[in-house]
Amino acid sequence: MGFLDIKNATKSYGAVKVLHETNISIEEGEFLVLVGPSGCGKSTLLNMIAGLEDITSGEIAIKGRSMNGVKPAERNIAMVFQSYALYPNMTVKGNISFGMEMHGMPKEQREPRIAQVADLLQISHLLDRKPGQLSGGQRQRVAMGRALVREPDVFLFDEPLSNLDAKLRVDMRTEIKKLHQKLGTTIVYVTHDQIEALTLSTRIAVMFGGYVQQLGTPKEIYDDPANMFVAGFMGSPSMNLFPAKIVAGANGPAAEVTLQAGQTAQIPFANGAMSSHEGREIILGLRPEAITDKDGADRNSQSVHIVECPVEVTEPAGSDTFVVTQIGGKDVTGRFRADVNVKAGETFPFAFNMEKAVVFDPKTEDRIR
Amino acid sequence: MSASSSAKSGINFGRYILYTLLALFCIYYLLPLYVMVVNSLKPLSEITSGGMMSLPQELTFAPWQNAWSKAQVGVEATGLRPYFINSIQMVVPAVALSTLLGALNGYVLTKWQFRGSTILFGLLLFGCFIPFQIVLIPMARMLGLMGLAGSVPGLIFVHLVYGIGFSTLYFRNYYAAFPTELVRAAQIDGAGFFTIFWRILLPSSGPIAVVCIIWQFTNIWNDFLFGASFSDFDSQPMTVALNNLVQSSTGVKEYNVHFAGAIMAALPTLLVYIVAGRYFVRGLMAGSVKG
Repeated sequence: MGFLDIKNATKSYGAVKVLHETNISIEEGEFLVLVGPSGCGKSTLLNMIAGLEDITSGEIAIKGRSMNGVKPAERNIAMVFQSYALYPNMTVKGNISFGMEMHGMPKEQREPRIAQVADLLQISHLLDRKPGQLSGGQRQRVAMGRALVREPDVFLFDEPLSNLDAKLRVDMRTEIKKLHQKLGTTIVYVTHDQIEALTLSTRIAVMFGGYVQQLGTPKEIYDDPANMFVAGFMGSPSMNLFPAKIVAGANGPAAEVTLQAGQTAQIPFANGAMSSHEGREIILGLRPEAITDKDGADRNSQSVHIVECPVEVTEPAGSDTFVVTQIGGKDVTGRFRADVNVKAGETFPFAFNMEKAVVFDPKTEDRIR
Repeated sequence: MSASSSAKSGINFGRYILYTLLALFCIYYLLPLYVMVVNSLKPLSEITSGGMMSLPQELTFAPWQNAWSKAQVGVEATGLRPYFINSIQMVVPAVALSTLLGALNGYVLTKWQFRGSTILFGLLLFGCFIPFQIVLIPMARMLGLMGLAGSVPGLIFVHLVYGIGFSTLYFRNYYAAFPTELVRAAQIDGAGFFTIFWRILLPSSGPIAVVCIIWQFTNIWNDFLFGASFSDFDSQPMTVALNNLVQSSTGVKEYNVHFAGAIMAALPTLLVYIVAGRYFVRGLMAGSVKG
C-alpha cells in the first residue's frame, strides 16, 4: 500500500462516465503527473483527490486512511489552482495565513510560518500587497506559498503554469522541481503539457478518454509507450508513426515501408525482434531522434540502417535541423545535426536507429511486443 | 491641410449644436426641480398672485418648517417629521435585509448549485414581475395572521419579500462571473459555507451591493401602494403622508408647504444617487458584461 492510493475510482455525471476504473498508487515523496489532452479526466481525478468532487465508486486513500466522504479541509491537502485563486480582498499575508486561521491556529504560531514560507519563495517584500498589484509570476509564488504553509501530506497542482508566459513557465518549472527536491513532499500535478510532465515527474499517468493509458516513470513512458496515443502524445516533436509490413528480410525480420513514388525499402528490426509476426501489417513508431543523418546516429546502437529518402522540407531549429520525408503517406520527421547540408527536393541518406523502434497494431492501436 | 481644417470645424459646429441641444434638455428636466425649490422658499401670496416661475421676492424658510413639523397631515398637525422617521425605520432594515438575502441567494444559486436551483431562480425572477395589485389582499391576510398588520415591521416584511427577487437577480449574475476556484480554494483552506460568504464573496461585492442598495432604496422609499394599503396612521411612510398633506381638504391650499414637503420626500433618494451614483453604472456594467 502506498502513500496515496487510488483504487478502482470512477466518476460519472448521470449516465456519462468521465473517469473509468482508475488504479494509481504512489509512495511518499513522489511527484505524480497526470497528463492528457483537455477532457481526458485528469482534472476530475485531481478534484476527487482534493475532495471537491465526489467519487462515484471506488476509493481514494491518503496515508492508508480512506478519504471517501471526508471534507477537503480535513484531508490535509493543499492545492494550487490554474488561476491561482488568490482571495482578491486580502493581502498576500492574509491569503497565506487564511488556511491556518481557518484551522484554528493561533496568531503567534502563524507568523513564523508565514515568514519562513515567504522567505523560501522570496515574496517577503510583497506580504502587504493585494493580489491585484502582483505580476503573474508573483501570484504564482503566493499561490504556492499558501499551499506550502499548511505543510500538507499531499500537494495538488492544477495546471499551475499554464497562465504564465513561455519564459516564466520554464523558470517556474525549474523552481517547482527544486522545491520538490528540497522539501521531498508528495505532489500530484495536472498538466496538458507533456514537457512539464517529463521534466517534473517521478511518475506519469497519461490519460485519455477517461482511462489511464499508461502509468510509469518518464523514461518508461517515453521509450516504451503502451499504445499509439501515449506514443503520439508524449515527446516534441511527437513520435513518427507510419504504416509498415513485417517481412522476412535477409538478416531476419524487417519492416517494409513505402517511400515516395511507390518505392519500397526494408529496414531490419534490431536483434531479430518481431520474428513471430512476419506478414503482419503494423504501425512503426520511431522518435525523431532515432531518425538522423548518418554521422548523427547513435554510435552505441547495433542496429542503424541507412535508407535513401527524398527530402520534403527542412526546418532549421538552431540546435537541430528537422528534416521531413514521407513514408507510407505520412510525414516523418528526423532530427538531424544543425550544420548538415541537406536541401528540400533532393534524396538524402536517413539513418534509422531500429533499437528504438516500437511497433503497434493498426486496429487496436496497442503495442505489439 | 485645408480639407482637414474644414472637417475639423465641421465637427466643432456639430458639437455646438449637440451641446446646445443637451443644454436645452438639461434645462427642461431641471425645470420642475427649479419650480419646486423656488416656490418652497416664497410666501403663499407670491404664488397665488401668479409668480410661479419667478424667483422669490421675499425669501422665507417658513414653508419648510411648516412642512417638517407643523402642517396638518391627516388628523393631527404634526408635520411630516414622524412619517419621515417611519420611512427611515422602514427603508433601512428592508434594504439591508433584502440586499443581504439577495447576496446569500446569489451565492447559493451560483456556487452551491443543487437540483432544481435553476428553476428556483426562474421562480424568484417571476416574482419580480408579479404586479403589486395582485398581492394586496393575500398580503393583507398574511400580515393579519402574523400580527404585523398596520405596523412598520409589516411594511418591512412586504418590501423584503418583494425585494428579494431583484436583489437575487443582481447578485446571482454578479457571482456567476466570480471565479469558482476561489470558493474551492477556500474550501480546501477549511472555510465553511458562511465563512466563505462573509470573508471571500461579500468583501468583493462592492459594486453590485451599491447597485442593489440604490435600486431597493429608491423603490422602497418611493412606494406608495403598499404604504397606503398596509399602514395605520402612526406607521404611514413619507409618500402617504405627503399625499395626505397635499390632499387635505381643510383650509387654504398652502402650495409652498406642499412644495417643501415634496422636496423632503424626494431628498433621500436624491442623496443616495449623489453619494453612490458613480458606482451604479460601474456595478451594472460588471454584472452584465461578465455575467
